[in-house]
Amino acid sequence: MLLRLRGISKSFGAVQALRDVDLDVPAGQVTALVGDNGAGKSTLIKTVAGAWSPSSGEISWEDEHVTIRTPRDADALGIATVYQDLALCDNLDITQNMFLGHEPLRHRLLDENEMESRARKTLADLSVTTVRSVRQKVESLSGGQRQSVAVARAVMRDAKLVIMDEPTAALGVSQTAQVLALIRNLAGRGIAVLLISHNLNDVFEVADRVAVLYLGRLVHSGPLAETTRQGVVEAITTGVLGAAA
Amino acid sequence: MNEPAGAGAEVAGEGEPGNGRYDASLRAYFHQSWLRVKTGQTGVLPVIGGLVILVIFFQFKNSLFLSNQNLSNLLTQASYIIVLGFAEIWVLLLGEIDLSVGYNAGIAGALMAYMSSSPYNLSWWVAVLIGLAASSVIGMLIGIIVIRLRLPSFVVSLAFLLGLTGVLLKITYLNGDAGSITISNSTLLDLVNGNLSPIAGVVLVVVSVVAVSVVTVLSDRRRRQSGSEVVPIAVSIAKVAGLAASGAILLYVCNSNRGVLAPVEGIPYAVPIFMGILVLWSFVLARTRFGRYVYAIGGNAEAARRAGVSLGRNKLWAFTLAGFTAGAAGILYTSRLGGATANIDNNLVLFAVASAVIGGVSLFGGRGKMVHALLGGLVIAVIYNGMGLIGLDAATQDIVIGFVLLAAVSVEALSRRQEARG
Repeated sequence: MLLRLRGISKSFGAVQALRDVDLDVPAGQVTALVGDNGAGKSTLIKTVAGAWSPSSGEISWEDEHVTIRTPRDADALGIATVYQDLALCDNLDITQNMFLGHEPLRHRLLDENEMESRARKTLADLSVTTVRSVRQKVESLSGGQRQSVAVARAVMRDAKLVIMDEPTAALGVSQTAQVLALIRNLAGRGIAVLLISHNLNDVFEVADRVAVLYLGRLVHSGPLAETTRQGVVEAITTGVLGAAA
Repeated sequence: MNEPAGAGAEVAGEGEPGNGRYDASLRAYFHQSWLRVKTGQTGVLPVIGGLVILVIFFQFKNSLFLSNQNLSNLLTQASYIIVLGFAEIWVLLLGEIDLSVGYNAGIAGALMAYMSSSPYNLSWWVAVLIGLAASSVIGMLIGIIVIRLRLPSFVVSLAFLLGLTGVLLKITYLNGDAGSITISNSTLLDLVNGNLSPIAGVVLVVVSVVAVSVVTVLSDRRRRQSGSEVVPIAVSIAKVAGLAASGAILLYVCNSNRGVLAPVEGIPYAVPIFMGILVLWSFVLARTRFGRYVYAIGGNAEAARRAGVSLGRNKLWAFTLAGFTAGAAGILYTSRLGGATANIDNNLVLFAVASAVIGGVSLFGGRGKMVHALLGGLVIAVIYNGMGLIGLDAATQDIVIGFVLLAAVSVEALSRRQEARG
């Protein structure tokens, strides 16, 4: 198992945001994390991304016990998080964004040619064909293209787990299709994807597994095929998984 | 297949390396430039257009405007305005502002004048270094306060503006000469008022043009080899040709005798000085990690931070370089006036921001290049110089500059809105 969470709890003062969460995230599969607002989805991914440490519980990565205290720890393990705001610099171009903070140098100067060809290759590998040029400024990109750039940046740095927070929330129909295809592509390359989404259409289209959080507890986790949409909705709203059809 | 078949004849072909499409054809290049203009990314076009209109207007009003003598004078007049703009750009790119660069410049100039005259009589370059060191430290201090205390740079630099006014007054009283220090060192006076010999000017221009051509050709070839996107050959040729033409005009204007009593000829030293700073800072901004991070921080500081960019260290460097560059401007300014006074031109304070913004640098951070201050500084100098020639008083000149600045900011704001929509 790539990532295994056992008994993860997190409290902020008197508020218990996560209680005893057990979750497995296998490589090469898309695991959807769903739940109502305030169910603890963001808290959970931030724990994995190193935004903070859990109050209690264990994380194992590739079957070894690890502690993730900072984003840098997560980064070193190969965990990349694509937050909803994407964290891109609008005024820089695609290549510059993909290498921001990790620019290769040549004679102590930026190696633009190296960056450009690697950026182009990564986007091509991910079958991102909609961008006209890797020298396009990010501000001129559509929402789906931006999402692609943010994901490509994660992939380029050899991420084994890509966490995506509501990647389709602000997108139209065709853009959403683009991003979902990208997610499938990631899984096809053996990368684990942890997908947070409100949109059950997306979840049922793209996920292999689904995990449902309800008031900080994990109330269901398993292959998507074993549940129905109705069942998942019930789990999200009542905390009890509806009977499979 | 990557070899250019001739200007305009290259077409983005299939099967090129990296599986990427790159539009190297001239038509595609212009098409994309036009798209950028349409979506509000007008670049330097408005300011160059404005400059041309101003020049035509003033020449029409007074035929002395384009005389060799006036143009040489205009270049030295513009020199410190341009360099002040370079200074301000370092902080504007971060999305910050430094209102004190004008007085910081004054401090550097006054210290230089003071150190090079009696009782110290230090050699000119030591005096210059002391001035530059002082202004760098001031810039650094502003940076430290802004970064550590997380205060708005607007207020911090306003405080420094007021404080430095007093410091400048004190420096100019140090020599007992009641508020003014005259420069006696001839090298320092020559920085702006002296000229290269005509032959040296020719050599400098030729060497610069050749160097730029060689660098352009080499980097273009490397880009083609590695399959990177390239601009059409014709555009590169046009740029080099434009540079060569500007150099030729500069030589024609400056190398002819413009003296009245004694012969005066040659390119003013100020020109290679500000061009040198332009090239150096443009290089740092475009080719180093630090330069990239300055843009990134100005564009989206949070994104830069998450990417592992140290905000504090990079911002501090930018503030320090702003101080250093302000010092260079102050040295030019003081050299031009032949000495330092406590009553430095109040406009100096505003020229820094004005030349950068009129040139097209964004007040909101992350957008702009050093060359914009060159253009903006020229616009300001042309307006003052031209209005002086046609006999408008200083008050009118200031009002007009105010309107020009307002227009420049409006153009930027409107084009950004356009961009957001497009």
